[in-house]
Amino acid sequence: MQRHFDRDIEEIKDLLLRMGAMVEDSINQSIRALLERDTVMAEDVIAHDDDIDHMEVLIDQKTIELIAKMQPTATDLRFVATIMKITPELERIADLAQDVCERVIELNREAQLKPVVQLPQLAQSAQRMVREALDSFVRGDAELARRVIAEDDTADQLTEDSFRALLTYMMENPRNISSAIRLTFIGKYFERMADGATNICEMVVYLVEGKMIKHTHAPGGR
Amino acid sequence: MTVIDVEPRTSNAAAMIMNEAKIHVRNFDFYYGPSKVLHAIDLDVPDRQVTALIGPSGCGKSTFLRSINRMNDIIPEAKAAGTIRIDGRDVYAPGMDVVELRRRVGMVFQKSNPFPKSIFDNIAYGLRLGGMRGRRQLAEIVEKSLRRAALWEEVKDRLDTSALALSGGQQQRLCIARALAVDPEILLMDEPASALDPIATAKIEELIYELKDNYTIVIVTHNMQQAARVSDRTAFFMLGKLVEVGPTNTIFMTPREKMTEDYVTGRFG
Amino acid sequence: MNRRKLLSRVMETLCLVAVLLALLPLAFILFYVIREGAGALNLDFFTQIPKPVGEPGGGMANAIVGTLILIGLAALFAVPVGVICGVHLSEYPTRRFSSLVRFAADVMNGVPSIVIGIFAYGLVVLPVKRFSAIAGGFALGLLMLPVVIRTTEELLRLVPAGLREGALALGATRSRAVFTVILPAALPGIITGVLVALARVAGETAPLLFTAFNNRFWSTSLMQPIASLTVQVFTYAISPYDDWHRQAWAGAFLLVMIILSLSITARFAVRRLERMNRP
Repeated sequence: MQRHFDRDIEEIKDLLLRMGAMVEDSINQSIRALLERDTVMAEDVIAHDDDIDHMEVLIDQKTIELIAKMQPTATDLRFVATIMKITPELERIADLAQDVCERVIELNREAQLKPVVQLPQLAQSAQRMVREALDSFVRGDAELARRVIAEDDTADQLTEDSFRALLTYMMENPRNISSAIRLTFIGKYFERMADGATNICEMVVYLVEGKMIKHTHAPGGR
Repeated sequence: MTVIDVEPRTSNAAAMIMNEAKIHVRNFDFYYGPSKVLHAIDLDVPDRQVTALIGPSGCGKSTFLRSINRMNDIIPEAKAAGTIRIDGRDVYAPGMDVVELRRRVGMVFQKSNPFPKSIFDNIAYGLRLGGMRGRRQLAEIVEKSLRRAALWEEVKDRLDTSALALSGGQQQRLCIARALAVDPEILLMDEPASALDPIATAKIEELIYELKDNYTIVIVTHNMQQAARVSDRTAFFMLGKLVEVGPTNTIFMTPREKMTEDYVTGRFG
Repeated sequence: MNRRKLLSRVMETLCLVAVLLALLPLAFILFYVIREGAGALNLDFFTQIPKPVGEPGGGMANAIVGTLILIGLAALFAVPVGVICGVHLSEYPTRRFSSLVRFAADVMNGVPSIVIGIFAYGLVVLPVKRFSAIAGGFALGLLMLPVVIRTTEELLRLVPAGLREGALALGATRSRAVFTVILPAALPGIITGVLVALARVAGETAPLLFTAFNNRFWSTSLMQPIASLTVQVFTYAISPYDDWHRQAWAGAFLLVMIILSLSITARFAVRRLERMNRP
């Protein structure tokens, strides 16, 4: 039977996907700003973060109204719970992209370091994980979600590797320390983006299968 | 049925301001014999929205609803005071034609009450009261009303069979179609789904949601969740007084009065 | 424990015995009437009018028709008045007047039929100095009236209040609601009541003695005395002729059959009409 609430649910879903698109853009731009040493692009990302924050508030409001009006049950209820957990994750990921850009702006004022190959790899990995997490939500694909969760180990490994590479740079030349530390921070930010993507995927599994798999990974995960 | 007090006619300007609401209630009291069951009710019902009246049993919400189309007139010891205006016209004014009022304000009851006639004759009843005779004309409106009530597909092949052979949910939708047939502007519903199973209830709720595009609806319900699902505005009654009224979201998310909060959270009633 | 069971069994048996005792006379009557009367039923009985005194043969054709006309007249008098009276009592009650009317109806119900007959004699027969079918119909109608009034009132009361509210809420006036919704809803029951009253009245003899009198000839005129099964049976039964005795039995048998068929018709008609009221 068609319910008028289905329209409200679709609307919230749309808003979330729009927010997701905005966050993916931010990540994309932050990576390019990093690789191309583009300060203007970095500043652009920082300026647009407000829009993403507004989306979070809007989605929160609509979701609570939906709960009040509809008293959702079963899948609808898990959907609402999922939305309420995904939005703050997305907002945090956007904040992380903003943080990356702030470091990029600082880096661009200093001399460029030798490239650390693991860092762009980590960035691409994090970006892909976020995109796939959102895909898995749209398609209700718990399989995909689980694969993304498994990739988190790779991200952690890449972070570790890039940190070690940066350490050697720092030990080689004290003048590298400032930039290297900023780059370490950037690595940490991307690693936390990957964690955020993992959290989103855990909620997708909950939505689709009804199983809560948070905090139940094999040791060595997070 | 005696009217104690009628507000004198107001100036045009004041009337225009008051007329923003479809139903405008001011200082309305109601008595069953010596006991006062409604106290100084002030309420505005906006046009083409669903307004829900909620409150514990015996709080007066049904009495109030039935005062709008003066169904309480049939009770001999009943008295009303104050004003209820529909489109600016006082419902209890001495010259008011009650029969005409009840054609503009339709009513659906808690227990569905189809007449022991055919489905067609049930819907056509109100039309025939108004003098309509032509079979084709009647059939047109019967079909339109049944479609509006989301019942046409289920009964279109058996319009001449007894209305009492329908299921409970279908009977209630029939009663809604019957009320809609005379093209009222306002639809009053007194706990329309309380005698129905959950699926039938859901169908009625969806129907109400669709109807509000064309009709002003006032619904009494003891089921708060239903009020939340279906209405745009909610009025909370308690012991014959109107405690709080406002947008449904406000009443259920951030009510002003503690009594409202206690009722809505189920702490009493 | 056993004593309780024993007591229960005893009571059950007593009830059964009581039922049998009550049914026994009825069974006897039917058996007797059928045995004595069925034999005398022949074509003549249905087609011929009584022969002159002393001559054998003849029938009760005029009496059969007469009874039918009389109960038709009774219904014509009693049903419209009674139904409207019942409607008034149920829908427009006023405390004192209504209880007065009800009381009057109940009293009238208890008045002996012969007294009603004498009353009709004084009212209808004396002024025109002639017995007539109309007078007979009037007397029988008076007998039916209280039953129709009370039945109508009771049945209108039984119609669910929701129907009345529903009609009013659609913009019906009080009286239109009554006549277009409530009365039709009560109709099956009212018809039963009318048919049952008719069955009772068809078997009355005493009131007819002073009003319709009797008629040995074929007559369907309303202004003339008219024959009736009951009076004819009475007349033949107290006569000295065997032939007439036999015909009286046949008449009695026919009366019982008429009453039985009226009752059965009542049940069937009601069942068909109730299909509109309950699926």
